[in-house]
Amino acid sequence: MHIKRRVAVVGAGMTKFVRRAKETGKELAFEATKMALDSTELTLKDIGCVTLGTAPDAFDGVHMKGEYLSDGAGGWRKPYMRCYVGGGTGVFAAINGWYHVASGLFDTCLVVCEEKMSSCQPHPQYAFQTIFDNITERPLGPNLVWIFALEMNRYMHAHNISKEEIALVSVKNKRNALDHPCAQLPQKITVEDVLNSEVLAWPVQRLDISPTSDGAAAIVLASEDVARKITDTPVWIDGVGWSLDTAYWTNRDLFYPKYVEYAARMAYEMAGINNPRKEIDVAEPYDPFDYKELHHMEGLLLCKKGEAPKLTKEGVTQRDGDLPICPSGGLLGVGNPIAAAGLMKVCEIFWQLRKEAGKRQVPGDPRTGLAQAWGDLMQVGTVVVMRAQ
Amino acid sequence: MSVKNKEYFGTGLSAEDIKEGKVLYSRWRPKAEYGWAAGVAVSRYLDELRKGRIVGRKCGKCRRVVVPPRMFCEWCFKPTDSWVNLEDTGTVNTFAISYIAADATRIKEPIIPAVIEIDGASKGMGILHLLGEVDPKSVKIGMRVKAVWKPPGDRIGAITDIKYFKPLP
Amino acid sequence: MEEVAIVGVGSTGLRSVTPDMSYKELMFEAATKAYEDAGTDPRRDVDSFVCVSEDFWEGTSIFDEYVPDQLGAVLKPVCTIAADGVYGLITAYMQILSGAVETAVVEAHSKASDMLTPTDIVALALDPVVNRPLGGNPYYIAGLEMNRYMYETKTTKEQCATVVVKNKREALSNPYAAYGAKITIDDVLNSEMMFYPLSRLDMSAPADGAIVMVLASEERARRLTDNPIWIRGVGWCSDTPRLETRDWANAAYAQSAADMAFKAANIANRRKEVDFSEVDDTFSFKELQHLEALGLCRRGEAGVLAEEGVTEKDGDMPVNPSGGSLGAGYTFEMTGLQRVLEVVLQLRGEAGKRQVPGAELGLAQCWRGVPTASGAVAILSAKREGA
Repeated sequence: MHIKRRVAVVGAGMTKFVRRAKETGKELAFEATKMALDSTELTLKDIGCVTLGTAPDAFDGVHMKGEYLSDGAGGWRKPYMRCYVGGGTGVFAAINGWYHVASGLFDTCLVVCEEKMSSCQPHPQYAFQTIFDNITERPLGPNLVWIFALEMNRYMHAHNISKEEIALVSVKNKRNALDHPCAQLPQKITVEDVLNSEVLAWPVQRLDISPTSDGAAAIVLASEDVARKITDTPVWIDGVGWSLDTAYWTNRDLFYPKYVEYAARMAYEMAGINNPRKEIDVAEPYDPFDYKELHHMEGLLLCKKGEAPKLTKEGVTQRDGDLPICPSGGLLGVGNPIAAAGLMKVCEIFWQLRKEAGKRQVPGDPRTGLAQAWGDLMQVGTVVVMRAQ
Repeated sequence: MSVKNKEYFGTGLSAEDIKEGKVLYSRWRPKAEYGWAAGVAVSRYLDELRKGRIVGRKCGKCRRVVVPPRMFCEWCFKPTDSWVNLEDTGTVNTFAISYIAADATRIKEPIIPAVIEIDGASKGMGILHLLGEVDPKSVKIGMRVKAVWKPPGDRIGAITDIKYFKPLP
Repeated sequence: MEEVAIVGVGSTGLRSVTPDMSYKELMFEAATKAYEDAGTDPRRDVDSFVCVSEDFWEGTSIFDEYVPDQLGAVLKPVCTIAADGVYGLITAYMQILSGAVETAVVEAHSKASDMLTPTDIVALALDPVVNRPLGGNPYYIAGLEMNRYMYETKTTKEQCATVVVKNKREALSNPYAAYGAKITIDDVLNSEMMFYPLSRLDMSAPADGAIVMVLASEERARRLTDNPIWIRGVGWCSDTPRLETRDWANAAYAQSAADMAFKAANIANRRKEVDFSEVDDTFSFKELQHLEALGLCRRGEAGVLAEEGVTEKDGDMPVNPSGGSLGAGYTFEMTGLQRVLEVVLQLRGEAGKRQVPGAELGLAQCWRGVPTASGAVAILSAKREGA
């Protein structure tokens, strides 16, 4: 593939992630967007187009949610569209924005992600029942946690992984989140705490999961020429990849996310990366549940199948380790307003590669970073590879 | 967040704040009702379930027998070719033991969802269903199970015509 | 500048109900036809798939989960754009222009007959705090708009009725259409008053169907077909979602989208260069309002042109030779792609009895429907720019 032109992230912003925000979805989107724009000293007039990512309308109880949020996201009287691939949306929105600019149609693009899950009563989790097949699955009364539990069980079984090993991820990320000012559930916990927490759907326990949240995040993209005028430290999006597996998830072996591998390969090819383990300096894979971080590390080819728990145990994935994973605190620590969480990961890599992550900064000179999101029925992988100047 | 930012936007509320009326709120109950056309493949699947049988489709090219049945083979991108009667026994591919209901409330007796690979279909071809008449502690991946059907008069042509799968002795 | 072309199209045609087929089976049919038309194998040749859908039309959250299998897209790049089919087309177009993919597919469908409470679902799109509590059937918003449009442009109900008569009559020649009929202006004016001034026959009726299109980069397009249809320019825009601050008479979103598309296509004299157009006619007055916003005629002129027969298939400026939504059926997010389909067929010379003679450049426009003020435009041509 021959990419038409280089695109960089030049600004980023996000709101706090909270369980139940007083602010409306529009207001959350506005604040994140404003912060991103202010960080670049651009105004909305300078922005060519806007793209929004947000996951199920069922949470907000607003149909065509993209239209409703358009003014809060800066989309008034602009080319505006909403992209949607379930949980993969956060990183896909960045990809969607990327080809808005890479195509040559626009020089700047505003990418906004917002989620307001708390609107759904009595609990947002109930809305998740509607993601299952309308005829062959919904009558069984499924809960979202079921499919995570089914996948976690299969993964544990395939590689003989213990709950203790998996719990280390939750411990790491929630602790990392103590340094994130927007975090919803930063806390110092132990493996014991995780194993003693309430069993929701074995093998999933409460401290294995990220919370439902409200929040928003935004980034500003610019073409190469424009980026260099806006900042001395643009962060290039050098690789994008996305892939969706079959809807017939019960026909798949869930122990390995093949679709994440396919998405990663597409992004690596574009970025010219041959040895991801060596060439990626910092990564933010999607971690809605602790085992997912491990699952995705393997799918991203950052280690061999079944090897991720070992890397975690050895401290390789700590901030000061050889391959820092989720230095932000991830979804487990910062929160999971689905689409905004994915874009938060892109923001984190952006700040890390510019050495602006403060207490969360991974030491040394990280130059290449990766953000990945995941979603649907254990189905979609969306990946971006980013590079510092 | 970048170290350059000092102020972070977002105010958390608690469930009590709303219940106690500390914040104004409005409510709406959506009326979104659907009557989905099951189509050729799933209509037959449901009809056979009513008759006490699980059916799949075969693709003549890749020779897979797939279940739930579909009229197209997603690997070969061509129509599937024939109906195949499957067994109502299978193997547990993965399972969970759930103590929460669909709306996240706690339940006392756990529900055991599982992916069950159906005998007669290609390897790995599972369907989602529940396990029953089994002690949760004894469920294992690889366990052999058999469908427990509702009595013929109670079957309506739905996945719930199978009550659950129970362990084979 | 390199261009992107549409190299294959497939459609199931529109029907008022499709109880025999699931949405997956409809999509499979349209996809099979499109790949046959393009001479491509999706498993091998297609790099990206763009679907359009909204969860609440389908009754399933994260609907994109259920699209890959019947399109041949398993383990391939697939995404969903929550908007009309033209937005999906534009997304596929941008993906190819970026260089990341060479062949991309766009899909849209309507399973309107599966919705048992469609107007309640539309009501769910209203602002939950300031609009929804007012209750009622949300299509009153279209009535408000029609009223203001008629007031400001002096367009009459009779002029709007000519649009209905024209489109339903033209649909009789369209094998894809569901609601072709021979009716008179009086039939329209005498039909049941729904949301003053909108009468029943001013409103298009829902239909089911699916469309898939294959797009390719210039190099690949030339290898695949002798008859590529080039995308010369695209534009899209969202005006305010708030009803309270909206310009009710002018379709500002269509104006902005058109300006963007015409600029990209390097077209200075719109009326002269556009041989025919397919514009949104979800409601009769929308066809007129959109023609004015697209700059194909002056403000207030569209109704007069319609009356004079200028917008008929054999007129000077054919509009909706397919029969539009009024004649073919309203297909929610597929509506715009239905418009694009007709443009493609016309430009290929494959429009049969509907053929607009000498059609070389056509325009397709969509609107996202009540309660939005968003829409997109695509300008297509049988010739490359400068040719």
